[in-house]
Amino acid sequence: MEGLVLRPFPPGDYDVVVVGTGPGGLQTSYCLSRAGVGHALLSADDAPGGMFRRFPVFERLISWTKPEAPCGRRTREYECYDHNSLLAEEPDARGLVADHMDRSFDVPARAEMEAGIADFVDRTGVEARYGCRWTGTRREDGRFVLETTDGEYRCRMAVFAIGMTEPWSPPLSGAEHATHYVDTGPAESFRDKRVVIIGKRNSGFELAYGLLPWTRSLTLVSPRPVDISVIAHSPLRLRYLQPYEEYARGSAGVQVVDAAIVGIERGADGLRVVVDGTTWEGRLALPADEVILATGFRVPLGDLRELGLVTVVNDRVPALTRFWESVSVPGIFFAGNVTMAARGLQKNGLSSNSSSVNGFRYNARILARHIAEQLGIEQPRPALARDQVVPLLLDELAHGPELSIQKGYLARVVSVAEATGIRDEGVLPLEHFVDGGAGTDAVAVAVEMNAEGEIYPAVYVRRNGEIEERELDPHPIRAFGGDPYRRELERLLAPLLGS
Amino acid sequence: MAEVQDVLARLSLFADLAPAQREAIAHRFEEEVFSEDERVLRKDLRGSALYVILDGNAAVVIGDKEVTRFGPGDFFGEISLLTSEPPNADVVAVTMLRCLVIPGPDFQPFLLEHPGILFRMLQAEARRLRDTTEWKVSS
Repeated sequence: MEGLVLRPFPPGDYDVVVVGTGPGGLQTSYCLSRAGVGHALLSADDAPGGMFRRFPVFERLISWTKPEAPCGRRTREYECYDHNSLLAEEPDARGLVADHMDRSFDVPARAEMEAGIADFVDRTGVEARYGCRWTGTRREDGRFVLETTDGEYRCRMAVFAIGMTEPWSPPLSGAEHATHYVDTGPAESFRDKRVVIIGKRNSGFELAYGLLPWTRSLTLVSPRPVDISVIAHSPLRLRYLQPYEEYARGSAGVQVVDAAIVGIERGADGLRVVVDGTTWEGRLALPADEVILATGFRVPLGDLRELGLVTVVNDRVPALTRFWESVSVPGIFFAGNVTMAARGLQKNGLSSNSSSVNGFRYNARILARHIAEQLGIEQPRPALARDQVVPLLLDELAHGPELSIQKGYLARVVSVAEATGIRDEGVLPLEHFVDGGAGTDAVAVAVEMNAEGEIYPAVYVRRNGEIEERELDPHPIRAFGGDPYRRELERLLAPLLGS
Repeated sequence: MAEVQDVLARLSLFADLAPAQREAIAHRFEEEVFSEDERVLRKDLRGSALYVILDGNAAVVIGDKEVTRFGPGDFFGEISLLTSEPPNADVVAVTMLRCLVIPGPDFQPFLLEHPGILFRMLQAEARRLRDTTEWKVSS
């Protein structure tokens, strides 16, 4: 019966089409189903996993999953200890990445992550039309038409969970002499070579870390200095800092240079990377046998720009609203790591964690609810008794994974209105709450971090359209559920809840 | 849209910098786009940033009243950072607005590393003060 295997989601009309089966697309599809939204999930790949089927090059993730924790692996609180698994309502589909780790390291290997994602798909039954590549987009009669290798999909809204997968490099003289991160060969092919890596963010240091045992010399160069003053604010993760530490300690064999790249030249003795200092004055020519561009990625937007999609950061990512919708093409949404383009309040310069699974899995759940409501599918807003409000908010501040992972970005919201009573509005973008204007009276709580790296709860009370912001004290072990916090929250909420 | 460092080259605030320094700034700080009517700076909320307009226009709004308007090359948010007080007005995008964002914690080190920018900013503040004073005298 070969050829008669039924594939889900044939071309046709859908309310929503989701493109991509990496963690962002799968989480969005799962949450849309839970929110009651009919949709198609399409993927150019032949199996789930997205970028984790191929990256990172050196096979280790940078975000941790801790197999043992004070709470069970199938609980919601475990999400605080597991930054890689997708979210599920069914307990047996939670915390799955940990099940696949051999514990040789504190973070999952790429293959373990891929296996965890496949397991999630098996256990939740998320279906996708694999081998169906999105090739073009147009608007017709107020709907979007997604052209694919299998035919045309018409929809009211489309969600692109297509990752930051297209190699990007700035215009660079002599770029043809370099290879991009994605094309890096095996580490042993760099044996005894002089290697210059252009770029000092995660992918640059990841390569440096992987190549350190093999190269004769290793130089990382980019205009921006490495900022490790506050690790939590830094784009680097501690585990890749060894090459930097070796340089900072004055070790031979690794150099970290702050300089703008003038160009790459080929000479008699191999390549030369010519650079101008940014934190020092002058010009250097760095000799190299291999030059690798660890200059990042951009979103493979295809022809979306032709619909008027506005982009940002040198045309690398779409400019997004706080609900991850294009600022210029309503109805086009993004999920997955692209949601980092919706930057939120950035209070005290703090970035979201939306660029990795631990952050964007929550964005996907909020996005699914938002899309459902736009389609007129009402979402639950459980009623609360007055005396349930403070305990709920305290518990969320102390244990809520959304608030502790998406610091200063997501908030737990409770509304108070005469007509509807006290309602649990769930988790929402904090920026949406503070800009809600003359919305109903409500309170939002968030966990935030200040410039000194102190983590503290913040309370935003909205009454008669005015927002009052209150930052509570930090706690040495972040026990935000204790009595002093309860008393302060009761005091702040008294005018809102009445006595 | 041109590369951020090329836009910076056209703004007086960054006019004294070498191209490599402008490139370093474009790498170090993020560009952000706001849609029309979106709030950029929020009255009474802490922890904001310095915004340098790369493209588009923004309005300072107190209550429902537009007090002044900013365009490409203008900056805002510095008063709150210099005084460590929350902003006393909203700043709202009146068109699609593209800004370079210098987060609050980076503001002081950024200015101290670039005295040329510090001086240009001081000049701009002096002009704003003069204009406000003239407005007060004539009204």
